[in-house]
Amino acid sequence: MGFFDNLLRRNRSADDAKDRLKLLLVSDRSNCSPETMELIKNDIIKVISKYMEIDAEGLDIQISQNNDEVDGPTLYANIPIREIKK
Amino acid sequence: MSEVIVVTSGKGGVGKTTTSANVGTGLAKEGKKVVLIDTDIGLRNLDVVMGLENRIVYNLVDVVEGNCRAKQAMIKDKKYPDLYLLPSAQTRDKTSVTPEQMQKLVEELREEFDYIILDCPAGIEQGFKNAIAGADRALIVTTPEVSAIRDADRIIGLLEANEVHKIDLVINRIRMDMVKRGDMLSSDDVLDILAIDLIGIVPDDENIVVSTNQGEPLVGTNNVAGQAFENICKRIMGNEVPFLELTGEGFFQRLARVFGR
Repeated sequence: MGFFDNLLRRNRSADDAKDRLKLLLVSDRSNCSPETMELIKNDIIKVISKYMEIDAEGLDIQISQNNDEVDGPTLYANIPIREIKK
Repeated sequence: MSEVIVVTSGKGGVGKTTTSANVGTGLAKEGKKVVLIDTDIGLRNLDVVMGLENRIVYNLVDVVEGNCRAKQAMIKDKKYPDLYLLPSAQTRDKTSVTPEQMQKLVEELREEFDYIILDCPAGIEQGFKNAIAGADRALIVTTPEVSAIRDADRIIGLLEANEVHKIDLVINRIRMDMVKRGDMLSSDDVLDILAIDLIGIVPDDENIVVSTNQGEPLVGTNNVAGQAFENICKRIMGNEVPFLELTGEGFFQRLARVFGR
């Protein structure tokens, strides 16, 4: 595996591993399938879009169980706002 | 003040027993009084990794059933007089011990030892519940693989649900050459996913196999894995130790590092 092979080979398997894990853990942590998460995400976009213009591509939702303030899992949504509608 | 540490992972074969043996030995080397408890009933292995398999008379099940006192079952290490092993039973199963019995045993041992290290079996059933019952803190061992990390995540959830909140991560068997070319998750990737505190990174090192063959933990010896385990022990004791500079290094760099240390 030389230097040029690295340049040519764009698909790094570590990235695959990371992507797969992230999806897997969302469903593991929440007992909630990736499909359901996708549905939640789409609904969130729909609701928020009524009031502000958001960057749907940059929207990130995940279920986390590491939270000091709340017992049990928490749903985090990170929603980049483009513009607030007046 | 004594501390009870469970070494766990969920997935089997990621290095729990190796980590237990090296952390226990390393803490004893630092002058602490340590007992290692093998809680893997039916599949005992810690005795072999410690090289003490020929000295077993009584075991964990004998102790909880009252066939002998804890003192009688504990085997003194070959090298360190303040290091003991309480071996598991080979011919019984996990249901021979209850979490309450483990808790009671651990409480009793607290009076005598600085550190009580519990080597947990793979899985999340009775054996796991026994091992975590009396624990103050946990070391989660994982390798940079999807399956091991997934299981580690599940274990973290279960530990938190059982009120074990001090959880640190040991990333085992990392290969920097593979990380560099993008074919293995890096320690940052793993931390990013699991979101717990990192206490050690142990590189994949042939010396581990050699040390297991010989039944002598390699903590503190002059190789990367030995150094990594020594650092983990110091961090457990509360010292701040910088993480080893692991590189997918060439021969000369390795040579330079060995002599430059």
